[in-house]
Amino acid sequence: MSPIIEAQDLGREFTVSSGRPLRRVRRTVTAVRDVTFSVASGEIVGYLGPNGAGKSTTMKMLTGILRPSRGRLRVTGLEPSRQRTRLAGRIGVVFGQRTTLWWDLPLRDSLALTRHLYRVPAADHARRLAELTELLELGPFLATPVRQLSLGQRMRGDLTAALLHAPRLLVLDEPTIGLDVVSKSTIREFLLRLNSEQGTTILLTTHDLGDVERLCRRVMVIDHGRLAFDGDLSALRATAPSPRTLIVDLTAPAPPIEVAGATATRVEGPRQWLELSANPAEVIAAVSATHRIADLMLREPEIEDVVARLYRRERTASLGKDG
Amino acid sequence: MRLHLAVFACGLRRYSTYRAATFAGLVTNSVFGLINATILLAVFAARPEVNGYDATDAVTQVFLAQALLAPVAAFGPPLGLGERVRSGEVAVDLLRPAHLAPWWLAHDLGRSAFSLLFRSLPTFAVGALVFTLRLPQGPAHWGMAAVSVALAMLVGFALRYLYALAGFWLLDTRGVNTAAALLGSFCSGLLLPLAFFPDLLGSSLRLLPWASMVQVPADVFLGKEGVLGGPLGGLALQAAWAAALLWLCAALTARATRRVVVQGG
Ligand SMILES: Nc1ncnc2c1ncn2[C@@H]1O[C@H](COP(=O)(O)OP(=O)(O)O)[C@@H](O)[C@H]1O
Ligand SMILES: [Mg+2]
Repeated sequence: MSPIIEAQDLGREFTVSSGRPLRRVRRTVTAVRDVTFSVASGEIVGYLGPNGAGKSTTMKMLTGILRPSRGRLRVTGLEPSRQRTRLAGRIGVVFGQRTTLWWDLPLRDSLALTRHLYRVPAADHARRLAELTELLELGPFLATPVRQLSLGQRMRGDLTAALLHAPRLLVLDEPTIGLDVVSKSTIREFLLRLNSEQGTTILLTTHDLGDVERLCRRVMVIDHGRLAFDGDLSALRATAPSPRTLIVDLTAPAPPIEVAGATATRVEGPRQWLELSANPAEVIAAVSATHRIADLMLREPEIEDVVARLYRRERTASLGKDG
Repeated sequence: MRLHLAVFACGLRRYSTYRAATFAGLVTNSVFGLINATILLAVFAARPEVNGYDATDAVTQVFLAQALLAPVAAFGPPLGLGERVRSGEVAVDLLRPAHLAPWWLAHDLGRSAFSLLFRSLPTFAVGALVFTLRLPQGPAHWGMAAVSVALAMLVGFALRYLYALAGFWLLDTRGVNTAAALLGSFCSGLLLPLAFFPDLLGSSLRLLPWASMVQVPADVFLGKEGVLGGPLGGLALQAAWAAALLWLCAALTARATRRVVVQGG
């Protein structure tokens, strides 16, 4: 089966002018460069990167609202920027910071409109709406004007609006941004179900690593517009191995602990964080020889640390190349 | 078509949620109508006729202008699209499998239909209670007046849509909107009936699109000659502008969205 998204050497530049009129300085910013990847039907792929890395720019090109400066792009077999309207009928898109819902009207009205927008038969629409209402627990606020919804409720409404026509591909740009823990987890569980039960392909950008750990079998990391990594989570951990951390609670505050095989990275009162370079057992023995320990915790590297390391590595590599 | 009817209904319902604003607008229109009419009546006390308009014509035009102000929005407010282009929110509009111009047309006609019912009719009724107004004679004349108002709403939409489209090139349309409000209120006959302008200026302004929002419908309503000879000429002029401007809307939308740079994350 042919991939649902195919991007080859995709690039996008922006011209930004700054300064006063007449003294305008024009500068070219490369938001995305030489990005090549493909996504197969049924995958959940996380597209990660720090702010300004080029995530949203990529999503805009994929959905056809931004024309690539270079490269080849096919989404469900269509060329997004040329066939935007047709593509819009096949995919579902949610930009976390924007809404497609009618601000002043009850949520229900916006959802009803999608039936005409996507030409969904009335019976199918009603069935899917009932399903999604149940899964996303929309019932209590279907009749509430959108402007009165909480961010989490609005996001669930937007997800529903994007899914009522049963798209094969769901593109999400920061779907959990600004949400509380409960809303985040509702949305994550929902996306997992959507993917496993209906086979919907999901591509999401996020810098919430909780999203990634829960949802994504595969991640792509973009940094400064370049694809820095594309593979599964465990491979990402292996590419940028990060040390484990030993958290030590002493009985009393003390200066940073100095023992072989560990470096104190943080001290907060009696609590110290030790980055391990040796076997934890040896370090614990060494620490307890010189300090009174009240409690110990061993923390595995979080995906956050891994990604941060990957960025640092990328940056030093590219500095080396340029310099 | 179904989709656009549904969007029209959403537009209509949306504005029906602004009850207080609608009422405030209605009061403003009526008060301005009363003030303008009183001033014009003072002018007409000195001379019975100006450029073929008598006092009743003038007062009727004043209330027609106040009544049309909200549905055609000659004086603003601008179409929400302009602000959406500036903020990048337009991305969401472009992600729908629907063309931009018909979507906004349906939405805005919903708004105009609402204000026609709940602002125009009451405003005109206030005028009719306080003054003697001149009404169309017979069903054919009423019919032409109604078509003329509908065409005025189309022209009003098309102009505001074009101002908003400028945002794709300029990003910030506040300057455009200010200029548009000035042009709109002066050239449409909203501020002062074009009939009172010197002949050449008045008839030239009537040919421009802005006049098709207020002055031309007023001419049709009052059964005046206008510039193209009678109500049918007025309707033809409005229809021509509506068609030309809507065509331009569609053509420029295609260009704008091709070069679109959607702002923001
Ligand atoms: N419309 C635009 N005009 C100029 N520069 C832009 C525009 N959109 C994005 N950029 C720049 O492109 C880069 C990538 O932005 P974006 O894709 O929004 O990043 P992300 O979503 O990963 O935070 C940033 O440096 C940003 O400033
Ligand atoms: Mg972004």
